[in-house]
Amino acid sequence: MNDLTRLTAREIAAAIAAGETNAVDVAQAHLDRIAKIDGQLHAFLHVDSEGALETARRVDAGEISGPLAGVPLALKDVIVQKGVPTTVGSRILEGWRPPYDATVVERLKSAGVVILGKTNMDEFAMGSSTEHSAYGPTHNPWDLDRIPGGSGGGSSAAVASFEAPLAIGTDTGGSIRQPAAVTGTVGVKPTYGGVSRYGLVAFSSSLDQAGPCARTVMDAALLHEVIAGHDPRDSTSIPSPVPPVVEAAKQADISGMTIGVVKELSGEGYQPGVEQRFAEAVETLTGLGAKVVEVSCPHFAYALPAYYLIAPSEASSNLARFDSVRYGLRVGDDGDRSLEEVMSLTRAQGFGAEVKRRIILGTYALSSGYYDAYYGQAQKVRSLITRDFTEAFALADVLVSPAAPTVAFPLGEKLSDPLAMYRQDLATIPSNLYGGPAMSLPCGLSDGLPVGLQIMAPTMRDELLYRVGAAFEATMPAPVPPLDWEA
Amino acid sequence: MTVPYAEALQEFEPVIGLETHVELGTASKMFCGCDTTFGADPNTHTCPVCLGLPGALPVVNEKAIESTIRIGLALHCDIATWCRFARKNYFYPDMPKNFQTSQYDEPLCTDGYLDVEVSNADGTLETVRVPIERVHLEEDTGKTLHVGGATGRIHGASHSLVDYNRAGIPLVEIVTKPVVGTKHRPAEVAKAYVAELRDVLRGLGVSDVKMEQGSLRCDVNVSLNKPGDDWGTRSETKNVNSLRSVERAVRSEVERQAARLRQGERIVQETRHFHEDTGLSTSGRSKEEATDYRYFPEPDLVPVAPDTDWVAELKAALPEAPSVRRRRLIEQLALSALDAEAMTNAGVLDLVLATVDAGAPAAEARNWWLGHLAQTANSSGVEPAELSITPAQVARVVGLVAGGSLTAGLARQVVDGVLAGEGEPEAVVATRGLAVVSDEGALATAVDEAIAADADAADKIRAGKVQAVGALVGRVMKATRGQADASVVRRLLLERLGVTE
Repeated sequence: MNDLTRLTAREIAAAIAAGETNAVDVAQAHLDRIAKIDGQLHAFLHVDSEGALETARRVDAGEISGPLAGVPLALKDVIVQKGVPTTVGSRILEGWRPPYDATVVERLKSAGVVILGKTNMDEFAMGSSTEHSAYGPTHNPWDLDRIPGGSGGGSSAAVASFEAPLAIGTDTGGSIRQPAAVTGTVGVKPTYGGVSRYGLVAFSSSLDQAGPCARTVMDAALLHEVIAGHDPRDSTSIPSPVPPVVEAAKQADISGMTIGVVKELSGEGYQPGVEQRFAEAVETLTGLGAKVVEVSCPHFAYALPAYYLIAPSEASSNLARFDSVRYGLRVGDDGDRSLEEVMSLTRAQGFGAEVKRRIILGTYALSSGYYDAYYGQAQKVRSLITRDFTEAFALADVLVSPAAPTVAFPLGEKLSDPLAMYRQDLATIPSNLYGGPAMSLPCGLSDGLPVGLQIMAPTMRDELLYRVGAAFEATMPAPVPPLDWEA
Repeated sequence: MTVPYAEALQEFEPVIGLETHVELGTASKMFCGCDTTFGADPNTHTCPVCLGLPGALPVVNEKAIESTIRIGLALHCDIATWCRFARKNYFYPDMPKNFQTSQYDEPLCTDGYLDVEVSNADGTLETVRVPIERVHLEEDTGKTLHVGGATGRIHGASHSLVDYNRAGIPLVEIVTKPVVGTKHRPAEVAKAYVAELRDVLRGLGVSDVKMEQGSLRCDVNVSLNKPGDDWGTRSETKNVNSLRSVERAVRSEVERQAARLRQGERIVQETRHFHEDTGLSTSGRSKEEATDYRYFPEPDLVPVAPDTDWVAELKAALPEAPSVRRRRLIEQLALSALDAEAMTNAGVLDLVLATVDAGAPAAEARNWWLGHLAQTANSSGVEPAELSITPAQVARVVGLVAGGSLTAGLARQVVDGVLAGEGEPEAVVATRGLAVVSDEGALATAVDEAIAADADAADKIRAGKVQAVGALVGRVMKATRGQADASVVRRLLLERLGVTE
């Protein structure tokens, strides 16, 4: 075989099954590539070579089989893996080794997927550039001076740079899709409740959703099928069969479908280059036999403010447990200080500025006297956005928009302007508030940088994303970053 | 400085309120599968969920929902058709997530009542209706042990130990509305309420309701006002953990508040700590700066929507209410009201009824449970219901006595044998050799020996002083280690001495 790292997940699995290569060689090739380039990229926070090779050996010994057996994967560091450090990009969990596996990890393990390590992310998944990681930023393989998106920039950069064919991301307001858009990869936020959250360190419980990152729609579908499905350990997990996403990716036919272009997800804030590629993508979809209509979702304008009340509110409560008592960082426990002082010092030093900003925002929004005006009002907006989606899906099978309003911006550009950073998620947040599935896939370049097309579907109709995505993907070659920085 | 209880209540009107926390007796915790057994080694009944580890998620225990609904139904509450859990946010090291999953503005059960009976001075019973505000479900916290301080409190402690075994045990909170019109006996009403509630819960089988182990805990609110005035400022006395303490806590708070009010001082809204040793309370934290718990709906759990048919089934299957059963017992068993109250207070009413149901006459059942068994339970510090003898076994012992194969004295030995774990009553009789000796041949020697040993008594009897036979009967009983039938012994002695009655 030539370079094993250039193969798709499906190709790797097929090659292993056919005996053309083996899982250990595949794992080793990816570990070697990580060793070679990750110093420049910083997509990984922890590489688990031993664990990866052990799984690969078990696949080669025939102990585990399946459509993704022996395929390497990068795991976002927000998902717990037994015995493997999990930091969530934060100092506060530095050194913590979880005593249990997330449901997603259990499913990956039993499918024989080879977990290479844990990927970098904005601390507690709060951010759109991975610059808020306590362990330093990840660089975009298309241009090392630019951000890889966030919060799951590590996962997307790893996939885009051929460190791994697959990755797991999590998406609370766009943390799978916006990184996918700016790295030229495929990222899917499944229906909320479609993939178990058990073992996903919570940022915003009612919005968090794990999903696949890949270089092709089919690879994303294969991974989606492995990780999705009802989990009795997550009450919000949906007890229905997994939508037939692999079948839909194979079908890749959209003739006769109606596709809605969301009027509100364009204009101010969207770069002309992004809008240009998006307009061409819509023409392509028409050319593939779909009927394209414009739909209006008037309440999407309020999605961003509603999100920045709901998510921080839940986060302020979810992050209360990081108090130094049971695990993670402990600061100032000198025997004289009170528990309260130790808790305060630990949280003051353990959390970064963006996390603190959101804890304070959320604490304020939930305070008595303000609750109705902020949290309560945001929940009403959430209902209205859901209604917008429901009405739009009466007119169209799926909705489309640019996935991110801009291409990858230079590192540091928005660090001093939180609101500008927040606006990166203008197009992705509505699906989180609604709960429906959405995908970002490459739709060309602008100024040499990838642009993402977002497809949104009704809840539990995830297969529609793959059907449209696969059809669209077939019309243009997968973008490959120049990688001219490689040593 | 206090004003005596009775005097205080002539001057002021009391308003009381009770918040009761009940640990449910489910096999597993509220949101995970961990064991709930009391007394295990610290931190052995824990898992990622009840330790609040990053990423862990709760799943509602259905049995706990069912138990809470049954409690609500027994307290005549409305049952919500749709409700949610909420997070109550505050930092405390024995709370693993630093929020408690509880219920806030959408409790499972609302707006009920419990009728309780208090005795009047003349011995008659009067019913007082205690209105119930809500019954909701939440999770218990862990336990913190402060080491090195003088009082076991955090102040002055060198370090603290936390045990999370209790964290996540389902806890039902039952909150009364303000109870007005208790007049001269708020303390008695409070105690009667907790006692009645305990009986209701025990009858439902939802909790072991052991106040001493903390599975039933009370907070008592008290305020006083001058007749015609608005209600006064209330204090909340926490963790009042016995029936007697409930009464004492209300009594002492009435006395304390009356003294302050008389002196023109105001009552501070505060939490007070009750001390079992003195029966008094001391000031805890002031509640004037209300803690903001930042309640919001728990996003990790889906709403609870009990099916109305299911609730109707639960309602239809409720056991007879203790008050109803008490009335029935009074009638059926011809008990006096005071007897019934005594049995209730001793926690033996159910046991007496079960013993009667197992075939014993009411008087015998009553005597056993209020007598020997109540004493045994008391001296070994357990509830009568916890004794290792069943009502059916008691009934069988009663039957053996009635059938003449045991005497009253032997019966006690048999019961003690059963309590000591020696098996069924019949087995105890056999292994201890306790059967009544009524074989007259076997007794003849003992009778002769008794007469020979106490010639004086024998002479007196021969001279017609028949009551002196008691001493000789005692000798025979002693010689036969209590196994003889005393009436047979008496007859044999008199025959031997040639005396007829």
